[in-house]
Amino acid sequence: MSKSNFSRRGVLKTGMVASAGLALPQYLRADAHAGFTNAPSDSEVVLGFNVPQTGPYADEGADELRAYELAVEHLNGGGDGGMMSTFSSQALDGTGILGREVKYVTGDTQTKSDAARASARSMIEKDGAIMITGGSSSGVAVAVQALCQEAGVIFMAGLTHSNDTTGKDKRANGFRHFFNSYMSGAALAPVLAANYGTDRKAYHLTADYNWGYTTEEAVRSSTEAMGWETVNAVKTPLTQTDFSSYIAPVLNSGADVLVLNHYGGNMVNSLTNAVQFGLREAQANGKNFEIVVPLYSRLMAKGAGANVKGIFGSTNWHWSLQDAGSQAFVRSFGTKYGFPPSQAAHTCYVQTLLYADAVTRAGSFNPCAVVEALEDFEFDGLGNGPTLYRGEDHQCFKDVLVVKGKENPENEFDLLEIVEVTPVAQVTYPADHPQFAGGALGTCNPGA
Amino acid sequence: MLGLEMKDFRLLLIVIGLTMLAPFILNPFPEGSEMAQFNAGYPDLMQRFVIFGIFAIGFNILFGLTGYLSFGHAAFLGAGSYGAVWMFKLLSMNVLPAIAISVVIAGLFSLLIGFISLRRSGIYFSILTLAFAQMSFALAYSVLTPITGGETGLQLALDDPRIFGASQTATGNIPVPSLFGLEMRSSYELELGSWLFTFNAGYYLAAVFMIIAFYMSIRIFRSPFGMMLRAIKSNQTRMSYTGLNARPYTLAAFVISGMYAGLAGGLMASMDPLAGAERMQWTASGEVVLMTILGGAGTLIGPVLGAGMIKYFENIFSKINETILHGWFAFLPDGLENFVVAMVYPFIGKGWHLTLGIVFMLVVIFLPGGLVQGGQKIAGLFRRKKAEDTKPNATEPAE
Repeated sequence: MSKSNFSRRGVLKTGMVASAGLALPQYLRADAHAGFTNAPSDSEVVLGFNVPQTGPYADEGADELRAYELAVEHLNGGGDGGMMSTFSSQALDGTGILGREVKYVTGDTQTKSDAARASARSMIEKDGAIMITGGSSSGVAVAVQALCQEAGVIFMAGLTHSNDTTGKDKRANGFRHFFNSYMSGAALAPVLAANYGTDRKAYHLTADYNWGYTTEEAVRSSTEAMGWETVNAVKTPLTQTDFSSYIAPVLNSGADVLVLNHYGGNMVNSLTNAVQFGLREAQANGKNFEIVVPLYSRLMAKGAGANVKGIFGSTNWHWSLQDAGSQAFVRSFGTKYGFPPSQAAHTCYVQTLLYADAVTRAGSFNPCAVVEALEDFEFDGLGNGPTLYRGEDHQCFKDVLVVKGKENPENEFDLLEIVEVTPVAQVTYPADHPQFAGGALGTCNPGA
Repeated sequence: MLGLEMKDFRLLLIVIGLTMLAPFILNPFPEGSEMAQFNAGYPDLMQRFVIFGIFAIGFNILFGLTGYLSFGHAAFLGAGSYGAVWMFKLLSMNVLPAIAISVVIAGLFSLLIGFISLRRSGIYFSILTLAFAQMSFALAYSVLTPITGGETGLQLALDDPRIFGASQTATGNIPVPSLFGLEMRSSYELELGSWLFTFNAGYYLAAVFMIIAFYMSIRIFRSPFGMMLRAIKSNQTRMSYTGLNARPYTLAAFVISGMYAGLAGGLMASMDPLAGAERMQWTASGEVVLMTILGGAGTLIGPVLGAGMIKYFENIFSKINETILHGWFAFLPDGLENFVVAMVYPFIGKGWHLTLGIVFMLVVIFLPGGLVQGGQKIAGLFRRKKAEDTKPNATEPAE
């Protein structure tokens, strides 16, 4: 049993001490309230690079990190400046961002939404990052984008191809430069029709997660629109490494095209299995059997080796592009690391530059000012031709590359050849397209 | 005091002190200094410390007392998270209903799984729980995508109904979880000289829950029920021969620890309103086993220490990259610097698992009683001889 005796003096005394204690920190507080989260100091600004360093996309993550380091070097005036000289907006001058030196912190997303969010939160809360970028999976991109919206920092998505990132899960503080499933479908369909005819029966194998679904939907609707028929669509677990049991039924299904909605290690394994089963030499319905891979990357092509020869797919960017921006980037990346960059590296480098440029043009690090500067921003010279950052969904609209596995590669990096550069008009869709329905951008959140 | 013996009460006081002063204890290095890298006093990590502390305390009630090694406890954490996020989506952004429902859902879920799995003991029990957890993971990852959000995870949207609250704030954003208006992510920063201490509302809420959880765990450990669970651990066959049916007791312990996991899941969702399927994966279940064993299975404070240690490694060590290392060893001559960096690098940054593995091996081999036993050994060095014959019964490690 406790016994308490409140005396008037005691209560007053305690009250005074407590209120003084509570009020004191208000005076001790140093940071001037700038009106947004993590306002940078006068000398440096911290960016957060959140990439997969372990797990299935570690290769992409490593390449992304290289690109970020290169971008920081260029922003701070080091190296040869890369794409800064070919960028149509010449606001950046190599003195950092708004005169502040660019510093960065790195984190590991592990390609898991939870881990990615924890890593991003520690960058925001501990290291004071003003912008988060990176990632090599749509699940992670969507999760981190939502976090950045809540915390009031800008998110510049890395490699994320699912429609949802700028569709049903779009956020005002998030921006995507990379292309998406719809664009892949729209760009691939005419090339497939020209090469394989309009009377085909397709069989889809789809990675059983968000990106797989939207890619299957996009490719299906684009190919069906030009006369193809979809025989069957089978979902495969993301962790699957042996696809024999999924490939075996394909030949007897009456299909004559196999669409592999797989990425990374999944695609390498499923394609290898398909080739081992002799699908490439097979005949079905009196036609040659064909395989299509909607999203290609050089790192995947490397993993699948000779199996990719002659197989069509789409990609965001390829180092063999001949425009001045791409060449400048390939040159400075190659000088620093000794090999050409992947499309993941390209999009991450470009995103960093775009962010720095938007801050400079806006004259402020305030996320709302940056959002305003990026929305409906038209630019050129970053490797994909004239590009628009659409304000309605924060998606970039640019030309899409349709590529094919090269028959006679000259070296280990020369694995894909560009079949067609699909003009931007052909892959543009209205913001309320059914594949992007649901969700709302909301308004920009500058945080505290 | 509070129905506790003096010794346990002192332990409780220590835990209360540690959690309440954590923002100071975890930020020993001044802001901007080289050592600031090792500061852990930022909201996200502090929240993780106490939330995983709760998870491990609950796991310890099952594993430490009955010896039943569940390899599927992450499923309850995940189920709790999903329940909480659904409450945010449907009801309101207040955290209390969300936490309540997460405990209830995890309790029901563990009742179902426990009822089936507890028909077996030993390794068969472990495998059954592992199978159930992997099943839940697979379901959450793909089949139940409409309910769980699949790979992306379940998250809030601007058009959620939120019956007792606004669907969106006046500025057109998704509202954040709060306790009657006190936002979970709101922090109060205290700057003293070059030190910066962050007091986060969410952390203190989670810390209060952990203290309650810890208190309940002490009561369970000291109760006749706890004694019965220990009896099951030491010789279940003999228990059955004396005519006692052990299953109701083990099932009760299983459900209690499942509810603890659900509470942890609900708190996790309250701090960061997103539930991902990875929370249910077997690696997450394995993590809590590691936490408990690392800290000391069967001890009261051990699991909390183990949870803290693993989370510290995961969040602090994993962020040290090559550039930082070069900064540290810059004083060495160039060749030697590169050599030292090359030697150290595999153990930190993305190699933090390796370091953790080595620490875990050392602990299991040399300190089977976990960190708690290590602490006792150190304390024993300084204590007078007389203390040796009084056995420290409060924190006796599991055999």
